[in-house]
Formats: sequence, structure tokens, C-alpha cells
Amino acid sequence: MSDTNIEKKGYAFSKEGMNRLKEMMKDYPSSDALLLPALYIAQEEFGHLDTEALQYVADVLKVPKSKVYGVATYYTMYKTKPTGKHLIQVCTNLSCSLLGADHIVKYLENKLTIKVGETTPDKKFTLITVECLGSCGTAPMMQVNDTYYENLTEKEIDRILEELK
Amino acid sequence: MVALYQGRRRSRAPTWYFNMNNILLKNINKPNSTDIETYLKGGGYKSLEKALKEYTPKDVIDIVQKSGLRGRGGAGFPTGKKWEFAAADKNTPRYLLCNADEGEPGTYKDRPIIEKDPHQLIEGIIISGYAIGAAACYIYIRGEYAYGADVLRRAIAQAYKKGFLGKKILGKKFDFDLYVHKGAGAYVCGEETALIESLEGKRGQSRIKPPFPVNVGVWNKPTVINNVETLANISHIINNGPDWFKTMGPEKCPGPKIYSISGHVNKPGNYELIMGTPLKDLIYKYGGGIRNGRNLKAVIPGGASTPVLKPEQIDVNMDYESVGAVGSMLGSGAVMVMDETVCMVGVARRLLKFFAHESCGKCSPCREGTHWLVQILDRIVSNEGKIEDIDLMLDICDNMRGKTFCPLGDGAINPVLSTIKHFKDEYLIHIEEKRCPVGYRHSEHCL
Repeated sequence: MSDTNIEKKGYAFSKEGMNRLKEMMKDYPSSDALLLPALYIAQEEFGHLDTEALQYVADVLKVPKSKVYGVATYYTMYKTKPTGKHLIQVCTNLSCSLLGADHIVKYLENKLTIKVGETTPDKKFTLITVECLGSCGTAPMMQVNDTYYENLTEKEIDRILEELK
Repeated sequence: MVALYQGRRRSRAPTWYFNMNNILLKNINKPNSTDIETYLKGGGYKSLEKALKEYTPKDVIDIVQKSGLRGRGGAGFPTGKKWEFAAADKNTPRYLLCNADEGEPGTYKDRPIIEKDPHQLIEGIIISGYAIGAAACYIYIRGEYAYGADVLRRAIAQAYKKGFLGKKILGKKFDFDLYVHKGAGAYVCGEETALIESLEGKRGQSRIKPPFPVNVGVWNKPTVINNVETLANISHIINNGPDWFKTMGPEKCPGPKIYSISGHVNKPGNYELIMGTPLKDLIYKYGGGIRNGRNLKAVIPGGASTPVLKPEQIDVNMDYESVGAVGSMLGSGAVMVMDETVCMVGVARRLLKFFAHESCGKCSPCREGTHWLVQILDRIVSNEGKIEDIDLMLDICDNMRGKTFCPLGDGAINPVLSTIKHFKDEYLIHIEEKRCPVGYRHSEHCL
């Protein structure tokens, strides 16, 4: 997390984002509770959470940057590195694995010609594996950004990727 | 057979579910089931009215105690007792937290309630808040359930408009607010003290107990944390009375129960049945038996942290006591079924990788133990294990059991201990014969 090579981006929440945060302040007896929601807003608006974005959130909430960094890196849904436009998250926990999650991952790797953890050169797709998403009765499944796709087959994946392109 | 999810849930094949009881899942098939008008037409918010007009908070606690309702999140603690403890604490304001951080692998029972019948949950929350004298409730929902969080927010806004939330609810001296708070991807936040830490804007790491959350919870105030399914039961108990509730299932833990069935069965899905439904029926009668005419090899009865059972053990009723008597746990009632093509060492490794990934890192037995277990299981699955590894793993498990802050560590050892107990031959084949017992090496079936 060195700042030296990072071009200063001058992050700031949009007016709407700032209003959302201010609205939420009324919901909690302590503004500390706003850290997770604020990181979500930052991620939505800045794409991912680099050092500068974390510093900005720390400044807005008046909490130490170390705390913001600790929280942002603790939870899996905060992205501290850039990802493609579509973040493909394949569940590989037990129920999905029993029904071929491995095969789904391999099929996606071949189809996108990237490995798990990588992003396609056109920055459209990032492929990662995740733990149980609560879709065990409709396994195998994947989540693309916020959307669940369940009962996956090769044909279904072809269709989904075509739709997302 | 009905597809449960629409909109942003894209599912081409049907999700099976059985609505045997017509209680918790009764509204799921109605058109516009998430709309407050639909819920009101079906008699919704009548029990809130009844609770507020006919009962004192203490009456409500007594009714819930009498009903015998026990927490559906996995621990099975008597709900009324928990409320009583919090209500007895003079420190105010008190808080209610709804645990919607459904993350136990195999479990997806809260999803239909959240996504398809949010008002049932909201009504239960308001009555519970009234009972314990809470100022507000936060629904802590896992970040991945973004769709469910949106459904809840819309439903809450409708409930405010109708005067079921906010100031002077139904003209009574009762103010109560309800908020949705999204988690951000951490299994351990389903544990109540980690959930509290996370809600307070910190890393979700569990606290040491005591003090218990009923006395020192969120923002150091008395706090009750109840699971979604638990709270969904409340309006029905108020409507129909505790005696009605007790007619369902075993005396020590009555009521309806949603079982999530997954894995190698013909009809995986959510099944609302009564507590104490035989496991055998869940697999063969409701789950439709094992896929492709294969044989059953093992079942995990209550989510990833409950011990594996063998086929000869499935003649057991699915309630807390009965499953406990055969050496496992009811947990969340998430039944994961495995057929004969599955390598049980692979299963243990897959689950331990999950626990190692999700260990919060605060206490060393869990943080170190889960990682060591994964490394040892990795080498056994790669046929490079040593015979001493089995004793080494048992020793590590012994050093984790009961020695961690929260139940994550205790749960993590169960897949290892139970597979060694019931399927030791598979470990020995991997170690001594350097092959997978089901004929695969590093295939998908070694997981």
C-alpha cells in the first residue's frame, strides 16, 4: 500500500453519495457504524478501494486510516484491486462442488482464456472463486456483480456471457 | 414445484420446495408476495395488533416461552429465555438484531423468507422489539444478498407508511425503528458477537463471553440477536397461541422448520416441515432419493460445521435432541447429501479450506489449527500423507475443541473428526495405497 506510484485521483463522493451517507447517520447512535456503508459507497463510485480511496473515507468519517484499511481488507466484498466490468464469482463450497463447480470453473477459464484471479485483457471479466452464497439447492451457481445465476450448465454459461458482453 | 426467484435471481430450472405446513412459506407463491397490501389481505399485521392491544411486553415473552420456540440459527437456545434476560437488564436503550447473515454452507432457508415474504419477518421483528422493550432493530444481512436487502428496504418503507414502524405504533406508547445493515462478506459475522463488532463498523471478530450480548451487546447495550426463521415464527405464535405451536413436533423443540436439502438428491430445495421430521424422509421422500440411482454414502445433517453421518445413521428425527444423540447436530437444518462417488477425505479438505478462509484470526487455536489441518489434508489428498498424520490431526482438533472464542473453531474440527471416525479406511487408502478410494486422483470428486 505505498502511495508513491499512485497518481492522485482526487476522490470525492458525489453529492448523492454524500447525501446517502448523511441520511444514514440518523440510523445509528454512533457514526463508527457508517464505515461499512461508506466503503460500499466508495466502491460504487470509485470502482475499487485503493490507498487514496481509503484515505478519503477515513477523512470523511474522521477515523484512523489504519482502521479503514483493516476493515476494507477484512471483508471479501471490498475490492482493494481493480477488477473487470463483470466480476464472476463461482461458488466452490461443498454443495456446489458435489454438482460440478470444478467443471464450471474450468469451463469459464477456457472460455475466457484466463485463470482464476485474473482479468481478461479487455477488462470485461474477472474470474474468482468464492465460498457458499446460499444457493445450495440450485447448485452449481455463480454471482456476477450482484446477480445470482443458478443451475449452471455449459450452455447456460455461454448464454450469460453472450448477454453480458 | 415452483421457481422461487425472479428478477435479479436468474434461475432456469425450478427450485423445489414443499410447503407442508403452510406456515412460514405460506405466502411465497402469491403474486406480489413482497407487497404490504398482499400481506395485509392474507391477515398480515393482525398479530402485531393483537400483541400491542391485548398483551403487555411481559405477556408476549411468557407466550413465546410457553410455546417452546428455540432459536433456528443453529444453537437452539430458547427464544423466550433470551428475551427475558435482555428485558430484565435495566440498561437502556435495548436493541434487537436480526441475524440474516446466512452463511453456513448448505443453508439457504432464510432466503425465501427475506426475498419472498419480508413482511412476515418484519411483523415478527416488531412484536419481538415490543416484548424486549427495544428502541430499534437492525437486520444484519450478508452483503451477497443484495437482492434480499433491496426487498427488505422496500418492505420496511411500506411498513413505516402504514404506521407499523416509527413513533406511537398503532396509537400505543411504543416507538420502534427498523434498519437494514449490509455485511460485506465474512462467514464469522453470523456468530453473534462478531456480528455486533461488524455492525459497530469494525473487523467482524468474535468477542470473548461473558459478558453475553443480552447484557453487553451492540454499543454496550442489552441486545437480543435472533435468526430470521426464529423471528418469522413469532407472528404465528401470537396469532394461534403457544398450545397450537406445541402440537407440532417434539415436546422439547416444537414448531415448523425449514430444511434446506442439497447435494446428490433428485429434488434439492427448501422444505417446510415440522421439527423432528425423519432424516430418511428428507432424503428419500422429499429429496426424491439419490441422483442417477446411486447409493448414499454420507450426510451432513445441519450445515458444514456439523459432523458427518453414515447411511446406517439416517434413521433419526431431525430435532436438536435426536440428532445430538447420534453424534451430530441439527445446526441450521441444512442437509447435504453425498453419494458413493465422493471421496470423504476430499470433503474434509474442502470444508476445512472454507473454515481456514473464514477464521477471523483473533484467537490462535482456530487461526493456526484450521490452516494446519488444511495443509495436512492437502498432502493426504495428494497421496503424500504419512500414517502419523491422522494422529496429528486428532491432536490439533483436541487443541481447538472448546479452546476458541467462538463456535467457528469447534465447528471446523467436526468434518475432520467425523470423517476420521466413520471413513478412516479412506484416509488409509490415500496414505498407504497412494490412491483415491473412489478411483479418482485429484479429480473433481476429491474436491
